[in-house]
Amino acid sequence: MIVPFGHVLVVATAMFVTGLAAVLLRRNLILILIGVEVMLGGVGLALVGASALWQRADGQVLAVLLMALSAAEVAISLAMVVYMKRRKDSLDADAFRELRG
Amino acid sequence: MQAAIFYVLSATALIATLLCVTRRQAVHAIVYLIHALFSLALLFYLLGAPLVAAWEVIIYAGAIMVLFLFIVMMFELDPAHEAARPGPARRWPVVALSVAILACSVALALADPAGARGVEAYHASPRAFGRLMFDEYALAVEVASFLLLFAAVGAYTVGRSDHRVEGGEGQA
Repeated sequence: MIVPFGHVLVVATAMFVTGLAAVLLRRNLILILIGVEVMLGGVGLALVGASALWQRADGQVLAVLLMALSAAEVAISLAMVVYMKRRKDSLDADAFRELRG
Repeated sequence: MQAAIFYVLSATALIATLLCVTRRQAVHAIVYLIHALFSLALLFYLLGAPLVAAWEVIIYAGAIMVLFLFIVMMFELDPAHEAARPGPARRWPVVALSVAILACSVALALADPAGARGVEAYHASPRAFGRLMFDEYALAVEVASFLLLFAAVGAYTVGRSDHRVEGGEGQA
């Protein structure tokens, strides 16, 4: 036995919550995206820990698929960051509020 | 011994994450995030997933973070770029909710008997891993490949320079 499963989950939750707080508090678009990456890292840790708990490889496969997903997400969102920077010459999330009622 | 390594690596990952999300300069945040990802990769290795650990380093820390660095370098951000830090009025709800979630998670881990079950490192052989991934999860792999293709096309379309987009609309 390495550690109780609960400790793995607590570490994963702590990472996820840290990333979530960063997404909610930061206003620079790039730093918001970094917060999303931190959240996905916590999710990956929970998946691999669950794979070790049940002694099956499914969690590891899902962690690999999660990596593919986050690569796609980063490609799209960084392209959108470049586009927004070109349009408004700003990376501040508050600069994009045309849809505000 | 392995438990000690687990706790040291977890502390490293969490501290690096905290430093990462509190930096003002994007480059510093990215470097701290790479640090956290390396700790995470070692944690994966400790839990018995060497392949995921290797890909975490190669794909995440190697490819995705370099992409972030390229974008940051492209923009030449000045350190004072970010607007004034959010005041307490904007900050305390987020902090309170985060602490609540974390406290609930700790309480659950302590109270739930299932959480006290120890995890053993599970080493899947490459053959078993590959069979699971490309046999049972073949559909998920196909969907992921479509997703990556669409992401590449989408990133190209969004990232084109503006006048070419407008020209295309004008002809249509």
